Amino acid sequence: MSENNELTESIERYLNGEMTKAERAQFEELRAKDASVNKKVAEHKHFINLVKQYGERLELERRLDAIHDEIDVHALEDELMIHPSWVVRMWRNHHSKISVAASIAIFAALCTLFFTGYLSNKQANYGQLVGEIDKLKHGQSKLQSTVNNLPLQRPAVSNPGNFRGTGFAISTNGYIVTDNHVIRNADSVYVQAADGKSYRTKVVYTEPLNDIAILEITDPSFKPLAPLPYTLKKTETDLGESVFTIGYPKESIVLGSGLLTSSTGFKGDTTQYQTSALLDYGHSGGPLFDNKGNIIGIVNGKQTHVEGVAFAVKTSYLLKAIKDIPADSLNKPMNINGKNTLAGLARPQQIKKLENYVFMVRVYNQ
Amino acid sequence: MSKETNSGIPTDSEVILGILNNSENVLKRLYLAYFPMILQLVINNNGNTDDAKDIYQEAIIVLYNKVKTGDFELSSKLKTYIYSICRRLWLKRLTQMNRYGGDIKDFQEFLVVDDETEKNNERDIQFNKMGSALQQLGEPCKTIIEDFYINNKSMQEICEEFGYTNADNAKTQKYKCLQRLKKLFFQQK
Repeated sequence: MSENNELTESIERYLNGEMTKAERAQFEELRAKDASVNKKVAEHKHFINLVKQYGERLELERRLDAIHDEIDVHALEDELMIHPSWVVRMWRNHHSKISVAASIAIFAALCTLFFTGYLSNKQANYGQLVGEIDKLKHGQSKLQSTVNNLPLQRPAVSNPGNFRGTGFAISTNGYIVTDNHVIRNADSVYVQAADGKSYRTKVVYTEPLNDIAILEITDPSFKPLAPLPYTLKKTETDLGESVFTIGYPKESIVLGSGLLTSSTGFKGDTTQYQTSALLDYGHSGGPLFDNKGNIIGIVNGKQTHVEGVAFAVKTSYLLKAIKDIPADSLNKPMNINGKNTLAGLARPQQIKKLENYVFMVRVYNQ
Repeated sequence: MSKETNSGIPTDSEVILGILNNSENVLKRLYLAYFPMILQLVINNNGNTDDAKDIYQEAIIVLYNKVKTGDFELSSKLKTYIYSICRRLWLKRLTQMNRYGGDIKDFQEFLVVDDETEKNNERDIQFNKMGSALQQLGEPCKTIIEDFYINNKSMQEICEEFGYTNADNAKTQKYKCLQRLKKLFFQQK
């Protein structure tokens, strides 16, 4: 080790020119003789040079940093930046982050839409219905189109001038109740009795909210009916009650019967009942009877794609509508009979008696 | 010397002479003269102010070393030369960072340069090795080596500074340190 140090010292002194002449000559002789010494000299020289250059570099960098610190870089930056390109620069520097953020946003939006049901048709119906309830504007008529509007959905759309529904008498002197959606937009409305006679009518009152319309037979050939065999039931009917309706889905009268299955209608509409009666388009506006022959509702619509789910507007809303008719729109008094003569009869007898009070409603428009 | 030659942009030959004479004034004026140009290049091409500083100082060091070693031949304006080197360095850096978008916004005319930045790179690697070898060496060896070889202090001064009883002890210590430094330096890949 110390030998090594001595050699290194000699090399250093030799390189730095600190040797005496005699020493120098002796060392040069050693170099010439011993190749390993010669190599060590070269190596040492190279290494020390590197150390020195390294030191110089550090020094230069320190000097440059000192100069740099005097520059107001921020002021220069503001001055030299091409300003209109900041959006572009932002995009260039952060486009990956922005892209990721945008993808997440789109994904989240789609997820939200998916889970809140905007992307499925079924839920769209629901959304529409809620909208109508909130607005209370187009009311029941619009609800009908979501439920599947009975007359409008008939294949007879190829003949749009002729819609058909059902109506029933609420007085002996020619007042008829039907659904508002049956006679909506009508130019003229006729009713046809079971015996085939047709009478012209006039719409005296409509209540689109509850889908109720009241017609008056104005035809001079109309003769007053015999006293009504049924009453309008004021109280709510219990679930499980056996119910039936008669109406005109085709040219001759058709019976539909079932049970009262819910005290609320489509999507929980409290103005309606739900029934399991199998109904067809054209039953709309017909009376819904309980087992004793009291009218408990007006047939109104059914749920699409599901059999045995039909709806009827509760009678209490009909009574309310009757009460709301302005007195001056009635030409003759409306006497709602209160005597039920159907209770206790078998269904065929009940229907035979009822036939004359249930009418086919024909609607004409341009 | 008049005041005008002491401030403002130095002429190209002033720069060469100034570097050869280690003139602090010329170095400073050179640095201040062209930094804005390079800042403009870098910040308008996906870089920030620190990138500009790194790139610019690297280019100044390349120029400095070329002048010092005497193989610098000015074949264009110094301004163009500095811009070209910085442009080359910045393109390389952008490619390394995967931020190169395929085109670069230019603000000056430039030449095609490549070889000198490569050479400089090699030396940088050596310097980095030396830096970390010195760091691993630890005290007091690091300071002794730096004082003696870099700051050109005499053994006598070093002896006093570190409290060695005589210069021979200090010398022995220095050679031990040098031996270890060499070992650390050559151990690195």
